Amino acid sequence: MNYFPDEVLEHVFDFITSHKDRNSVSLVCKSWHKIERYSRQRVFIGNCYSISPERLIARFPGLKSLTLKGKPHFADFNLVPHDWGGFVYPWIKALAKSRIGLEELRLKRMVVSDESLELLSKSFVNFKSLVLVSCEGFTTDGLAAIAANCRFLRELDLQENEVDDHRGHWLSCFPESCTSLISLNFACLRGEVNLGALERLVSRSPNLKSLRLNRAVPLDTLQKLLMRAPQLVDLGIGSYVHDPFSEVYNKLKIAIQRCKSIRSLSGFLEVAPHCMSAIYPICGNLTFLNLSYAPGLHGNKLMKLIQHCRKLQRLWILDCIGDKGLGVVALTCKELQELRVFPSDPFGAGNAAVTEEGLVLVSAGCPKLNSLLYFCQQMTNAALITVAKNCPNFIRFRLCILDPIKPDPVTNQPLDEGFGAIVQSCKGLKRLSLSGLLTDQVFLYIGMYAEQLEMLSIAFAADSDKGMLYVLNGCKKLRKLEIRDCPFGDAALLEDVGKYETMRSLWMSSCEVTLGGCKSVAEKMPSLNVEIIDECEQMEFNLDDKQKVDKMYLYRTLVGHRKDAPEYVSIL
Amino acid sequence: MSPPLLGVEEEGIQSNVTLLGSSGSMESVCQNSAELKERNYMGLSDCSSVDSSVFSPPSEERKASLNLKATELRLGLPGLQSPERNPELCLLSSSQLDEKPLFPLHPSSDGHCFASQKNVVSGNKRGFSDAMDGFSEGKFLSDSKVDVMLSPRPSSNFGAQPMKAKEITSQNVVHDRPHAADKTRPNPNASANNNSGAPANKAQVVGWPPIRSFRKNSLASASKNTDEVDGKAGPGALFVKVSMDGAPYLRKVDLKNYTKYQELSSALEKMFSCFTIGQYGSHGTSSRELLSESKLKDLLHGSEYVLTYEDKDGDWMLVGDVPWE
Repeated sequence: MNYFPDEVLEHVFDFITSHKDRNSVSLVCKSWHKIERYSRQRVFIGNCYSISPERLIARFPGLKSLTLKGKPHFADFNLVPHDWGGFVYPWIKALAKSRIGLEELRLKRMVVSDESLELLSKSFVNFKSLVLVSCEGFTTDGLAAIAANCRFLRELDLQENEVDDHRGHWLSCFPESCTSLISLNFACLRGEVNLGALERLVSRSPNLKSLRLNRAVPLDTLQKLLMRAPQLVDLGIGSYVHDPFSEVYNKLKIAIQRCKSIRSLSGFLEVAPHCMSAIYPICGNLTFLNLSYAPGLHGNKLMKLIQHCRKLQRLWILDCIGDKGLGVVALTCKELQELRVFPSDPFGAGNAAVTEEGLVLVSAGCPKLNSLLYFCQQMTNAALITVAKNCPNFIRFRLCILDPIKPDPVTNQPLDEGFGAIVQSCKGLKRLSLSGLLTDQVFLYIGMYAEQLEMLSIAFAADSDKGMLYVLNGCKKLRKLEIRDCPFGDAALLEDVGKYETMRSLWMSSCEVTLGGCKSVAEKMPSLNVEIIDECEQMEFNLDDKQKVDKMYLYRTLVGHRKDAPEYVSIL
Repeated sequence: MSPPLLGVEEEGIQSNVTLLGSSGSMESVCQNSAELKERNYMGLSDCSSVDSSVFSPPSEERKASLNLKATELRLGLPGLQSPERNPELCLLSSSQLDEKPLFPLHPSSDGHCFASQKNVVSGNKRGFSDAMDGFSEGKFLSDSKVDVMLSPRPSSNFGAQPMKAKEITSQNVVHDRPHAADKTRPNPNASANNNSGAPANKAQVVGWPPIRSFRKNSLASASKNTDEVDGKAGPGALFVKVSMDGAPYLRKVDLKNYTKYQELSSALEKMFSCFTIGQYGSHGTSSRELLSESKLKDLLHGSEYVLTYEDKDGDWMLVGDVPWE
């Protein structure tokens, strides 16, 4: 293999883009490792505490694009306290000091301060792309710095972040010379924006392909923007409220018809449902439709809209679509691959909306379905078995029954058999989330059949340690395991501590593991950080090893204990 | 031709039989899958566990687990005393829930009792099912048309409701949280394992259903802006903070109780009368005798007090310009 000069190998490696493959390449031999490392431009770090910025910089001097994830997944659901960690500032600071020419930064579940955004904007001349997903800690001032200082910015994509909105002069901070924007998504911002500045920005961005507006952008502005950007491929509508007989509405209809390239539509953060007909002309080409923030759209209007979307591949919707609406989806969207049904009324008294019937209909009508997130009132084993038969191609299957320990309402049995059928049938299943009444049995099935499973989320399930043991022993490719409120204790935790080094992380909260058990793991595996999160600070008063641990998060790391943990986190 | 074939087949069958025989107590499926797993083992995983030891015959497992159920270890959720807990819940729901400072998710304050008895299969989840009953009582949406986000937001175009940006509806179960304040709340279910018997006045379960807070908050505020036509006009109350210059504390009024400005004005006067008593009393008359509504009105109108409110743009406006609806 070393018969080729380095440049040739480098050229070959250019074609290898997936992170996993490049990682494998780097393990072949020393010279491959060296070539790969100098030519590597994109790095993905799934847990920001598994490695340090200094080591990253040392190994990949040619780094251009960095993806970082911070808090554990359950932080999305408020199970992780506010200042647990995941700060991006040290990374940006270290990168800024180095000679790395960072061009792209993608962050998920991290704490991003205005200071870090400002430093980012000033330190990298060629910075092109900032994507923040589910982050927090910054304000629109930070965005202003990015807008003002990143002269070649192509992408500013903010998804579901908690941003302190100081009311919008940040858009005006894009200089007149900035004409490079390809993607601008500020749908999650809550405040006003300078509409004039927005219009001018869009006018001078001929390459703009993706534009997602926030709620503060009214319809007449939308119409003007669409007139200036008919080349859009991805559109997120902010406010869609107007009088169907108005001048604005007519102009909008004309503008939309010019946008023949739109393939992805989202938003409708405010919607007057009787005006959806203007959208119909572009529905036929849509491959992605996200109406999950539009509770105002339901019933017949919604169904009529969907009936126009014959090419849909991904649909994100609220459960007010109902089983009947899902039937319409099943009849219309034959190309559907991904379906996400969110609850419109998470704590409601069964007003919603979807049950196992809707899911069965979709599975029957959409054989290409491979990714599911489904919040529903109830589920039956029979339905799951049918779904498994109809759709053997699931890669992601996440089911959330709003009452998490609800049995099959028809037979009153646990849902073990149903989920068992799913894992047995879907041989490529990589991600699974369980809910409903479940015993150890379902975990036996998972361990036996879910050979490709990489991520498993368990809540309020199982009867004993056996459940966890089945999974740990059976799922060879498991990378992330997150468990809450299950009766798994030290016996399960300690059975095979070596396994955790093969995984990214393990989260266990409100289970039966004790402080002693956790200490034992930490002792045996120095390459793991075992964090005990104890907000009530009970651990301080009672250091009894037999005490149950409320929240434990362990992850493999090459850099030992982190230094930025708050007081209520002890790293064993 | 057939005899040799037969011979081959026989051999084949025999070898199969042998295989089954050697697998002993394990079901062949298990055996095969375990073997397959060994072969596909990529070597990247350092997993040192012995697979086959776990795969004791499933049927036996099932039997064992059934027996175990009776003696299973139960979570320390306060579910074991479910029947006793319910009265507690009822008590709490009517009087104390409003005062819970720690939980932004307030159940409705109009006395809905959480606990309805529910048959639960396993004890370690009983606590949760009771909690979920509590959820079903609370109403997610209110019919308020006003923007209630704790951080200022543009409210919808619906109705001319330029009321204070600081309104809070008590009916709203899913309360959008201030970003900082929420995080300092200790996890109520942390106590689940401590057997402290912490009753489910912490009846909501943190983190369930598993939806991102951003989405939850967005839906919560969106619901406040939806039309009443939706049919979700429940018995919501529209509480507004009222402050009077110089008063040591603020008051809250339910705007739903009034149908015109005059009523609101008199109610407010009554509410804040106590602060002017001192003033009145200093004129040398007994407050008790002379505290009549009209006199108070005069006092209040004679003074510099006027009713103003802060609208969604943050401007102070005089009450009375906009029609009441």
